[in-house]
Amino acid sequence: MNIRSIAAVLAATVALPLGAAHATDLEVTHWWTSGGEAAAVKELATAFDATGNKWVDGAIAGSGGTARPIMISRITGGAPMGATQFNHGRQAEELVQAGLMRDFTDLAKKEGWDKIVRPASLLKSCTFQGKIYCVPLNIHSWQWLWLSNDAFKKAGVAVPKNWNEFVAAAPALEKAGIVPLAVGSQAWQSTGLFAVLTVAIGGKDLYQKVYGDKDAKVAAGPEMAKVFKAADDARKMSKGTNVQDWNQATNMVITGKAGGQIMGDWAQGEFQLAGKKAGVDYTCLPGLGVNEVISTAGDAFYFPILKDPAKTAAQEQLASALLAPKTQVAFNLKKGSLPVRGDVDLAAANDCMKKGLDILAKGNVVTSTDQLITQDTQKQLEDLMSQFFANASITPEDAQKRFAAIFSKAD
Amino acid sequence: MAAHTQPGRPNQLFRNLNSKVASIPMILTAVVIFLGGTIWTVTYSFTNSRLLPRLSFVGLDQYERLWDTPRWVVSIQNLATYGCLSLIFSLTIGFILAALMDQKIRFENTFRTIFLYPFALSFIVTGLVWQWILNPEFGVQSVVRSLGWTSFTFDPLYNSDIVIYGILLAALWQGTGLVMCLMLAGLRGIDEDIWKAARVDGIPMWKTYLFIIIPMMRPVFITTLVLITSGIVRVYDLVVAQTSGGPGISSDVPAKYVYDYMFFAQNLGQGFAASSMMLLTVAIIIVPWAYLEFGGRKRRG
Repeated sequence: MNIRSIAAVLAATVALPLGAAHATDLEVTHWWTSGGEAAAVKELATAFDATGNKWVDGAIAGSGGTARPIMISRITGGAPMGATQFNHGRQAEELVQAGLMRDFTDLAKKEGWDKIVRPASLLKSCTFQGKIYCVPLNIHSWQWLWLSNDAFKKAGVAVPKNWNEFVAAAPALEKAGIVPLAVGSQAWQSTGLFAVLTVAIGGKDLYQKVYGDKDAKVAAGPEMAKVFKAADDARKMSKGTNVQDWNQATNMVITGKAGGQIMGDWAQGEFQLAGKKAGVDYTCLPGLGVNEVISTAGDAFYFPILKDPAKTAAQEQLASALLAPKTQVAFNLKKGSLPVRGDVDLAAANDCMKKGLDILAKGNVVTSTDQLITQDTQKQLEDLMSQFFANASITPEDAQKRFAAIFSKAD
Repeated sequence: MAAHTQPGRPNQLFRNLNSKVASIPMILTAVVIFLGGTIWTVTYSFTNSRLLPRLSFVGLDQYERLWDTPRWVVSIQNLATYGCLSLIFSLTIGFILAALMDQKIRFENTFRTIFLYPFALSFIVTGLVWQWILNPEFGVQSVVRSLGWTSFTFDPLYNSDIVIYGILLAALWQGTGLVMCLMLAGLRGIDEDIWKAARVDGIPMWKTYLFIIIPMMRPVFITTLVLITSGIVRVYDLVVAQTSGGPGISSDVPAKYVYDYMFFAQNLGQGFAASSMMLLTVAIIIVPWAYLEFGGRKRRG
């Protein structure tokens, strides 16, 4: 490299931050990259741009697992973005503790977030030592079984109404050359599926005792053994999926190549994008049709502390734009998630979303795993579940033993 | 080379002063970055650091947990299998290719370029290329099936038992070219007269190679061995590109475990413990051997 090109590179590194410092450009990082998600993000960008600022999109492809380390190393490395997505819960816990995140308590008081955000647990997971550090954006629940009506018609069986009927219908689907249950091979998918089975088959109490209280005895007990039995069924039914990403798996359901998928309600965005109608082309069963419970996972925005005062002001505007009723409706309709405000009108919501809203109104909710367990425990569970789902030689009993061992050491 | 040829006995410390001064930056780099970084990592591997490093010591907890983790054990086994086979095959294939190339064949340059070409690709690209080649839907399997052999099955990347061989295949394809070039250079360095003498004595060619040429090429073999071994221990990107550790955890390698636990699981302590283990393994293998090879044999010159 000669002097001139070095000089050019140096000049570029100087010029870039200057150009980016165009006062109100705010870079927002997130991992919403599938078709339905991208459409939803556009709504956020429009809402923010309407405040006179500019949304600089920092989408990171490859799901949260890939994106989070990048985001965290940017924040800890001293090159923070304007705002960033994390899931509700403990993912950003240590960043907050280390004093890298901005405190929004004043804004929250002014706008009365504690009155509008529901359920209250969402704001609680944003709170650290009495101060509010994030803006909850939406509620996602994992506990959904999506079924392709076409696939069941082709197999000549009725569309199941719950998990047990679905398991019973699996042989007929297989005979028709359809994979009964699509499970993408990324580890978080099988792990999430398992947590869904826990709450749907085992019930709310079991879920709370295992994931919430980390009770290793219960995790090794007979109630949990039933869940592992169901996971074994799921493993058999998922054979032959051979796709990686969740949206590819969802696509198998949309096209009728797979009978169903256990996936969060973000899958709904994909059905919508493909022009499918809830109840006609596809069926959704919250809580797998067994226990109608949903968890209140979802996304929140965190704002790193910035030095630039103009950007700091823009952060504030973004925070209130995210919670504005109009944004909440526009975003959540596209995303397939539920708004964090109870006071917005969702007349345009489809059948599945209405089911979700009903359950939410009844208060049949559990805390999401992201809020209950650390990333460390999550990763250990992912290792276990991805191995369990990929390798038929691991018995449910062995897996349960390891499952209990993980929880005996979890904090 | 600065020559200090003053009369009398020069102080040992000031001999070759210029070159010693010149090497100070490198020494500093080695001490501060390599040694310092290593000590820091090992120290923090005894703590319960999560997302951010903090000094609260927990003794050997991280190591106990590490060796209790099936995924770590699988990754060590994978590394052992991959390492042994890749060492054996890349040396053998590399040497055979070089020996063939050394027969004064036509278009030697062309062949050499072809064999060396894969080495110009990064592991990520190599991994992706082989992911496609080995994919049952549109790779080798589907080609053979479309030729008529419909029961043909070849899907190493989707079979937990043999997935590591699928990765080995890609690694060999990428790496043997370099081994061949090094070997060829070694072969070219052998004096023509030795070949003539062997021919006069009527020794068959394979025997000449095995008992005369290979022992003479010892330094080249050592260099190659070091290159291959260091490549084995840090294998990571190839696995990520080809299988990302799957199916399940069956193609995991230690480097990937370290990365996953440091960044995905936000458990620095666990990641540091695993990387210290890697360092220890390498040290146990490399240090005594390197000492014997380079340290204890000044007389070899």
